[in-house]
This record gives sequence, C-alpha cells and structure tokens, in this order.
Amino acid sequence: MAKKTYIQAITDALDIALEDDPKTLIFGEDVGKNGGVFRTTQGLQEKYGEDRVFDTPLAESGILGLATGLGLTGWRPIPEIQFMGFSFEAVDQIAGQLARMRFRFDGTKNAPVTIRTPYGGGTHTAEMHADNLENFFTGIPGLRVVMPSNPYDAKGLLISSIENNDPVLFMENLKLYRSMKDDIPDGKYTVPLDKANVVREGNDVTIVAYGAEVNEALKVADTLAEKNVSAEVIDLRTVSPIDTDTIFKSIEKTHKVVIVQEAQKMAGVGAQVASAIAEDAILSLDAPIGRVAAPNSVYPFALGEDIWIPRAKEIEEKVNEILNY
Amino acid sequence: MANKPIVDFEAIKNNLSNVSKPIQVLNENAEITDQEIFDTFSDDDLVEFMKKMVWERALHEQTMNFSRQGRMGFYAPTEGEEASEMGTVLAMKKQDYLLPAYRDVPQLIQHGATVTEAYLWSRGHVIGNKFKARSMMPQIIIGAAYVEAAGVGLGIKKNKEEDTIAFTYTGDGGTSQGDSYEGMNFAGAYQAPVLFIVQNNGFAISTPRVKQTAAPTLAQKAVAAGIPSVQVDGMDILACYAVAKAARDYMVAGNGPVLIETLTYRFGAHSSAGDDPKRYRTKEQEQPWFEKDPLIRLRKVLTDKGLWSEEQEDKLTDEYKASFKESIKEADAVPADTVSDMLKRTFEIPTPEMRKEIDKFEAKESK
Repeated sequence: MAKKTYIQAITDALDIALEDDPKTLIFGEDVGKNGGVFRTTQGLQEKYGEDRVFDTPLAESGILGLATGLGLTGWRPIPEIQFMGFSFEAVDQIAGQLARMRFRFDGTKNAPVTIRTPYGGGTHTAEMHADNLENFFTGIPGLRVVMPSNPYDAKGLLISSIENNDPVLFMENLKLYRSMKDDIPDGKYTVPLDKANVVREGNDVTIVAYGAEVNEALKVADTLAEKNVSAEVIDLRTVSPIDTDTIFKSIEKTHKVVIVQEAQKMAGVGAQVASAIAEDAILSLDAPIGRVAAPNSVYPFALGEDIWIPRAKEIEEKVNEILNY
Repeated sequence: MANKPIVDFEAIKNNLSNVSKPIQVLNENAEITDQEIFDTFSDDDLVEFMKKMVWERALHEQTMNFSRQGRMGFYAPTEGEEASEMGTVLAMKKQDYLLPAYRDVPQLIQHGATVTEAYLWSRGHVIGNKFKARSMMPQIIIGAAYVEAAGVGLGIKKNKEEDTIAFTYTGDGGTSQGDSYEGMNFAGAYQAPVLFIVQNNGFAISTPRVKQTAAPTLAQKAVAAGIPSVQVDGMDILACYAVAKAARDYMVAGNGPVLIETLTYRFGAHSSAGDDPKRYRTKEQEQPWFEKDPLIRLRKVLTDKGLWSEEQEDKLTDEYKASFKESIKEADAVPADTVSDMLKRTFEIPTPEMRKEIDKFEAKESK
C-alpha cells in the first residue's frame, strides 16, 4: 500500500497486465522510451522490452488498425491515443471495426482491445486535447466506455478492462492525473465494469456523476452536510453501459436527482440517465430531474475553460433548486 | 540571376514513374512474352489455372442469375478480374491471413469459405461470416483492411509463425484512402509480412483511375512507405501467380511488405444494385479490355497444346453452376436470425440492461 497519483495507479495496472499475460502489448505515440507524454508507461519498455511496449508512427487510425489486426492474431492490445481529440482520426477503427468484431463473427473472432486516452478540462491545453468526447462514443454498440474518477478506481477498472474480451474505451482524466492521490494496494485488484459505485450514502438527494465531477459532487455533499442535508453521490464508473439499477435504488430512497457531467448537455450520458429515469423510475421522484452540464458550444479554448466547465458551485445551485422545488 | 531554376520541379515531376514495366507472361494474343516464367509451369498447372478462372466466371454468371431472381443481397461483379483474383490467391497458403474487400469473395472461397457462406454474407446473415478460413469478412470500408493487415502481419511476426503472411486487397479508388497509406507505412515501419494487392480495374464505381491521383502508377504509392512494389498484367493469370508467389517467397524469407498493382478491368457494373457503366464508359473504351479477357489467352494456349476443349469447358461450367444451385439451397435452409441472438453477440457477457432486452425478445420469439 502506498499513496499514488492517478498516473502512477495506471502505470501499476499496466505493469500488472504485462506481467500477468504475455499476450498483452502496449503501443502508441511516444509510449516507449519516453514513457508517454504523461509518463503513464514510464519504465515499462525497459522492464518488458520493445516487443511488448513500443512506439508507433504518428497516425491514430493506423494505431487502432494495428490493434484490430493484433487482436485477430491472438494478442491483447492496449493502444494509447495520446489525447482523446485525436481519436476522431480513428473513428472507423473504433466504431466501424473494433466495436463490431464479436457481433460480425458471432464470437468466432473478437477484439480484446483496451484503448487508453486522456481527456478532460481544467489544465489549459491546446485545442482538441481536453474535450469530453464520451457523448460521442457512448452511442456505439459493442464498445464499453469507462471513466474512473480517482486513482484507486483507475487501477482496478483498467485491470478489469484489459481482462475483458471486448473493446473498452478507457478515458483517463487529465485534471485528475496529478491532482489526486489515493492509497493504492500493491499487486492486483479489480473494480467491476458495468457497475456504478455509491461513493457517499445519503437520504435527501441523489447526485449522479462520473469522472472529475464526482469529486466536485463530493465537495457539494460536504457543504450540504454542514446544513444537515444528506446527499447520496453515485459514481457511474462505466458510462456505457449505464448501471441504472443502482440509480433507481437510490432515487427510490431520496426522491430527488441531479445528474452532473463535464461534457456538453446535448445527447449524452446525462441525457441517457435522465431518459432511463423518465422511462422506468419517474414515479420515484417528487421533483423534476436536475441536470448540470457544460453549455452546448464547441469546447472552449484554454482561457475559456474556467467559466465554461460546471464545477461544485453550479452543482450546489442546482441541488438547492431541486431540494427547494 | 540565372534563368535556371534552383530546383527543376518539372523535371522531377516528369521522372516520377519509377516503377518498371508491368510484368507479363502471356499477352492478349496468347503469345508468350516471358518464356522463363512460362517454363516454370507444368501443363497440369496451366489446366488448373484455367479451371479456377472458369470456376470464377461461372460463379459470377450464376450469382448474377440469382441476383436477377432476387435471391442475392449485395454482390460486386468479378467478371474480367479472374486472373488478378485467382492468380494472386492461388499463390497463397491456407495459413496465410486474408483481409478481403467486397469484390474479393472468390478469393475468400478459394481460401476456405464455402459458397453457401459467401451467399449468406451477400444476403446479410451472420452465418456468412462464420467461415473456417483464416480471414476477415469482406471489408466494406475501403482502406480499413490495409491498416488491419498491418496489425495482422505484425501479429504473425510476433507469433513467430513460419511460412505465413497477411495478404489484403483494395482497388484503384482504395489507394486514395488515408488508411491505405497508414497501413503500408505501419507495415513498412515494423517490416511486417503483408502483401498489399491493388486491383486497379480502372474505375472506383464511376470515377476513372486518372481522377484518383496524379501519381503515374498506383504501385509507386508504396515507395514512399519504403515498400518494394511492382505492376503486373492483371489479365494474365500466369504473371499474377508468378509475381504473387515471388512476393510471398520474399516475405517468408524474413522480409517486410510488398505491394502488387494488377492492371485489370471490371467488365460489368460496380455492384448488382443498379450501377450502369454506360453512364460513365463508352463501348470504345470497353472493347479493348474485353479483348484482353484473361480466359481467352490461356484458353488458346491450352487448346493449342491439346489440353483443353470447348466441350470440356462447357461441361465444367455446368458442373460448377449445378453446385452453386446446391449452395443456394443450403443458404435458403438456414434459419432466420433472431433479435435476442443479435443482442447476445454484441458483448461476451451481456450487460444487465441488455440481459433485460434479451429476455424481452426471447419471450416474443418463443410465441
């Protein structure tokens, strides 16, 4: 057990995956000698050799095509897309190829591929580096999308993703990379896919969040607790599929819900959660569904991030509005 | 200042065509243009090549018949491309990994899929993709197979599989896709054993080859990726086979990728779904290519040698077509797919949400 950052927790998981399964391969731009631009693969090429951890030419579709082909020949690829915005270059390989592999071949071929990629606002990066693109990728059947909110989950969810025999898009939050530390057990442990986590129990309102917004929601829960309001905070962990059972169970108790996301509001994870509640659990509620999301503009340039991304303040305002309905 | 330009770009441009003359063994008049390669084939080999082309022509004709009867789904006609398709695939071995495009169904069958499976693929039934052949399904997204082939080739290399390569096909239009370059470049960078075959049949649906690129040949697109490439007469099965085999031999000796551009022609439409070549080709453009029909030249050589006759060819064609009629009956007998099965094959372990949907559809389906 040691205090580790989100980055170090991911390196841990990759190290374990390389150690446990000789068929795992890590590749991407600058992941070898350089250890990745964020050092998530630091030391791995040195330890496991260039056959297992290697650099690729600078082409995202090529990287994921390589993953598809390596998967077909018995390997378990863990490709990295250096920044999530670059994944637009590889949309066919993700949506048109990897996600369809099991379906196309009725399981006679599959794609045990875990695509790792950093995303998320607040670190003032260049354009196309920080966009929250999960809204786009959760609409792809056959693809799981996982978004850990803390270092402990990051390690356990990454190991689960790699061990899964279907493709997983594993989104790593840039803002959390170095800003958070958790006690990380040494060695292997897993956190289950497809399952949300109740990170704070409460009775008065449910806050559903994922990624960096989970930590903002927890701040709000702390503030509310001082006013004797008890908020339940749910971390989705996997955003496709969404664990609606955990949400429904919670709102049956609290009767109120606020759904929080860093991404734009249109057609995404929060909209899906709201729709599931409206369809199957609306009678649990005694107030409208509250939503906190970014405006539907294009993702802002670096200097606009702080006024654009919803954080604890906006969540608190919305929770109070729903509580006072 | 001198008038001479610092760099003579025009001279460089005029010297771009650095790929040598297309390799040919038999010309369209059935004259042997490369005796050395011709002599590598026995009479039995020549007969076998002819049979394969007759088989592919019969498959095309019968499939078009089924298509006109409304018994097929998507079908991309192959008439005219028999030498290019059969010549290259016959040079491969069963352990090689095929990544075909949609016009490469005959090669997929040759590589181990059944005609019944091919018909089911055309109709759009999942059983069509459950062939035993070491192959991807016919790729619809042009270019995707090239990047995937780089991965398959690297996988073969990492597996240390002896005497094994990946081979993939695209057309003249396919070489314009960014993925085609990425695939070649990755295979080159990793020296992965991938044979890239460009079947240049002159048209990407209606767009002529000259409008795809300013490059003098498609073969030279490999040069920028550091890959040796060659053009071959795609209407000459002997040349296609010999070059594909040479490429394979080169790669299994431990070398990296090769690209072959076959110069061929699609005699018919792009697909059976309403494309009409009369909209973009004239009879005058087509006629010289019809005269290059790959069956004509080999038929003449074999007939002159007393190894082939019209009766023999007709009998073979009838036998092949009779077997295709059996295959489509088998395809007819395959049970329809169910929505619950579609849901089940989306993930190895259905998600809880999907489990509920599966139960719902199973209840409906059992009624």
